[in-house]
This record gives sequence, structure tokens and C-alpha cells, in this order.
Amino acid sequence: MRAAFANTITELAERDPRILLLTGDLGYMALEPFSDKFPQRFINVGVAEQNMIGLSTGLAEAGFIPFVYSIVTFAALRPYEFIRNGPVLHHLPVRIAAIGGGYEYGPAGPTHHGLEDVGVMRLQPGLTLVAPADAQQARTVILKTWDIAGPVYYRLGKDDKTIVPGLDGRFELGRAQYIREGNHLLFVTMGNVTSEVAAAAELLAVQEVNCTVLVVASLNPAPVQDLVEALARFETVLTVEAHYVVGGVGSLVSEVAAEHGLGCRVVRCGVKNSPTGTTGSQNYYYKQNGLTRQALVETALQAMSDLEVRSK
Amino acid sequence: MLQEKTVSISARQIRQIVLEQSKRANVGHIGSALSIADIVAALYDNILNIPNPEDPERDRFVLSKGHAALAVYAALALRGWITEADLNTYCGDDSLLGVHPEHALRGIDFSTGSLGQGLSMATGAALAARLQKSPRRVFALLSDAECNEGSVWEAIMFAAHHRLANLVAIIDLNGQQALGYTEQIIKLSSMAERWRAFGWDVHEVDGHDVAQLNETVAKLNTSDGAPHVLVAHTTFGKGVSYMEKQIKWHYWPMSEAEYQQALTEIGAVQ
Repeated sequence: MRAAFANTITELAERDPRILLLTGDLGYMALEPFSDKFPQRFINVGVAEQNMIGLSTGLAEAGFIPFVYSIVTFAALRPYEFIRNGPVLHHLPVRIAAIGGGYEYGPAGPTHHGLEDVGVMRLQPGLTLVAPADAQQARTVILKTWDIAGPVYYRLGKDDKTIVPGLDGRFELGRAQYIREGNHLLFVTMGNVTSEVAAAAELLAVQEVNCTVLVVASLNPAPVQDLVEALARFETVLTVEAHYVVGGVGSLVSEVAAEHGLGCRVVRCGVKNSPTGTTGSQNYYYKQNGLTRQALVETALQAMSDLEVRSK
Repeated sequence: MLQEKTVSISARQIRQIVLEQSKRANVGHIGSALSIADIVAALYDNILNIPNPEDPERDRFVLSKGHAALAVYAALALRGWITEADLNTYCGDDSLLGVHPEHALRGIDFSTGSLGQGLSMATGAALAARLQKSPRRVFALLSDAECNEGSVWEAIMFAAHHRLANLVAIIDLNGQQALGYTEQIIKLSSMAERWRAFGWDVHEVDGHDVAQLNETVAKLNTSDGAPHVLVAHTTFGKGVSYMEKQIKWHYWPMSEAEYQQALTEIGAVQ
């Protein structure tokens, strides 16, 4: 999604001189399409994310559309109050491109894992919040949101290669996208872990468990109507996110189910514990937190078996 | 940059409005507002080039020490950009005039109130002017204790590195903060040396001498060179004897007797 981001905003910048790109000294071998083409519109602000958001607020007030780039934790958490009191409070079109949602920076360790950004950003009603599932969808996301009113937070992944089958780059603000239909279980997923969910659904199909998979990239505005329609059709829904289970798509689904009086059971798959101190790859962390395709299959089968017990 | 104007704004008028509105609303932050009354008078009477608050080419002003907003509201009213009726809503329900300034109010460019954020926004505004090849300038008024915030120094370093000559910071160096004197809480001396060391063009001024403030700003090269800072030596609560240099007047509201004495001391005109 990183290359998709850099290439797409470079294309847009050719058409619109308001676009600037600021980075907190990150993006080596990623942002060059933009920085090579528009050196005057590319600003490395140094390792100073609070100032980066403050600068962007001042730039946006004067009519620019500043994109700011950093790793999720430094883009979202360090300058959170600047985001709140800057672009959100002033309704200004600052775009925060946060890289490495979930465990993409695996061995870099817990300081680099983006596990709570969706939760804290979802708290701000005035902030559009998008978490695409793959690079194709990331491109559509940017094309459909770069010039909307108010600030946008993009939760992006580093991975540009993995493509979610059946998604075909579809995206609409306030909507969710089906990538698979089945009548046994519903998966609702967010971000780059979606490819694991798609793989789990394939494995489950072999065992004659047919799943629907719904991708929520538009977290705010939330695809409430799409979720209501989907949740109403299933007794069990599994939410999957490389994020703490509080605040992300699992919370969103639970809120929608409760507010609309839907009777489905919500099984939240995500991160439930604080870091232990051990480190490893993204897949290592997925294993620890039940987010691999195999673990998702097991959780799904357990949910099916719970359902059978309940219905007896 | 002198401009044509139809009204003149004095620090005495600002102090009077600060006292009247603080008393009417029964709120504090009076000492902080009195501390900057002369600086705000100089800015809105002479320094800021703002034909009207909607002009995109106007100079920008950020009150980074947002808790002193009442002094700026007074100036906006004196310039005629908000009405006396607006002023009389200060701190009331459904008002745009809170303790801290909101951009929704005519004449306020940036919302502030959280210390340490204003200089970054001002620096962004100055960078925007440069990118747009506009001669407009950006002024930011900070408190001295606000420089406790690390983010202020992020902005200081950025502005110096990019030589944003169109950026003018003014430090209200009154030596006080909410719970005590800056020298006892976090030492800031020498403020001038600190900013100089970070690459700014530093001018120490008497923050209650409007003529000196005007002259100093008039001589700044805002088209080329380092960003500028006026380290303005001020007295907290200036003009009201019992408030001057007294910590309690950061938050305290006035009694009727105190109010009458304050009006007399500043030479209020009825």
C-alpha cells in the first residue's frame, strides 16, 4: 500500500498544486516518486511528529492539502492532541498517512506496532478514517477521498504485493465490500489481515463451512447499513483485525449489533494482551494472537460447534 | 508595515474591556490578559496588516497562550470585527467567545488553549505564505512558561532551519506560570540566549512599551533571513497594583471592591 500511496498522490499532485507531502523522516525507498518529481512540495520535517501536524494545520488553513507520512504509532499516537486540536477542530483537509497498521513492523518490536490507532481515531467524529485491505483498495481509497472536506486518517500497510481475492480494489466511503458469500458464518475484517481471513475462508470451504467475508475499510463514516444487513443474516460473526479488540472493527460490529437489537454472537479476533517482550515476524505475532489463517479456521470451527450446542 | 486605519486601539482600552468582561463573567486569567495588553494593542493598532479578517492575504496571528484570549477579543471589538454584543457573551452559553479562542469567531485564525501548539501552526502558516509567494507575515504570541513544552522547540528548530523570515514570535516574558514563578519551576533564563542558540533573530523589548514594540517590528526583515522573536519583558497583571506579579491572579476573579480599584488604576473611561 506504501507504493500505491506514493504513486497515487504523485499522480494527483500533477493535477493539483495544493498537494504537499510532509514526512517525519521516514519513507526511504517509498516516497521518492513524489520527492523526485516535486522536491519543492516535499518537506522532511525531521523527527518531530507534533510539529508536523501543527505545520500541516497552518498549511491547510492557507489552502494546501498536506499529506503527512509516518509509521502508525508516530503518526497517530505521538501527535494525537495536535490532530484533535488542529485538523479536527479546525475542519481542515490534512491527510495523515500512517504506515504499518498491525504487526507489519514485526521484529521492530512493540514501539512500532500499530494496535490502537483505529480505536483512538474512531473517537473523533470529524475525522474520516479509512483502513484499506490491500494496495488496490488503497489506491481507490485515496482517489475517492483526497479532496474531501475535513481531515482523513489513512491506516496503510507496507505490503504492496498481497492482493485480497475478490476485492478488486473496490471502495466507497460509508460502505463495506463483500469478497465472498456463504451462509454458515460471517467474517467482518479490516486492514491487511484481510488476506488471512480470505485464506481461512478458503480452508473452511474445503471443510464445507461456507463463509461470507465483509471488508470494512471505511471505519468513519462506518458502513452501518451494510453491517446491519449482513449481521441480520447470521447467528455468528467473527471480527478480525490486527489491532486491539477494543476500539477497532470488533467494537464497531458489536456497537452496530447492540444498537440495532441484532441477536448475533460477535466473536472478536484480535489482540487482547499487552506485549510480552518477545519479538518476531508479523506471522509470529499473528500466531500469538490467533490471527493466522489456521487459527482463524479453528476459531471459526469452534464457533460453529458452539452454535450447534446452543441450538440443541 | 503601517496601514490605513479608521480606529486607534490603546492598551488602556484593552485593559478596561478585560476588566469589565472578567468581572461580568466572573472568570479569571485576568493577570495573563493584562500582561499582553500592550503587545495586543501594538499588534492590532499598528503591526498586523489585516484589511479585514476574511482577506486571504492578511497577516496571520496565533495567540498561542490562548488563556489570554480576552485581550484579543477586546482588540477585535475595538477594530469593529466583532460587536459589543458579541463581547458581552464572553463565557456565556452559545457564545463564540470562550476563555480560549476558537477559529469560528471572526478574526481568530487558529483555535488555541493547549499550550505548545500555536507556534507549530504559525510556522505552517508562514511556510504556506512562502510557498504561495505571498508577502504576508505570521505573528505568534507565546507565554514564557509555554516554552516548557517540547513541541515549541520542534517548531523553533524547523522555522530556523527553513529561515522563515516572515514568522515573528513574541514571548510574553512575565516570569510566572499557573502555580508559581518560572525561575522556581522550570528555569527559562536566558530566554533570549536560548532562541538565539536555535538560530532566531532575537530582540529584547519592553513588552509594555508600545512605541518600542512598533519600532522593533518595523525594522524586521520579514522577506529574508532568520525568523524573529521579540522577547518581551512584561509584568504579570500590569496596570493593577494588587495583581502585579501575584500568582493568585492567574485564576482568581475580582470582588466588586477589587474591580473598582482596578478600573481606577488603569484609568478607565466610563
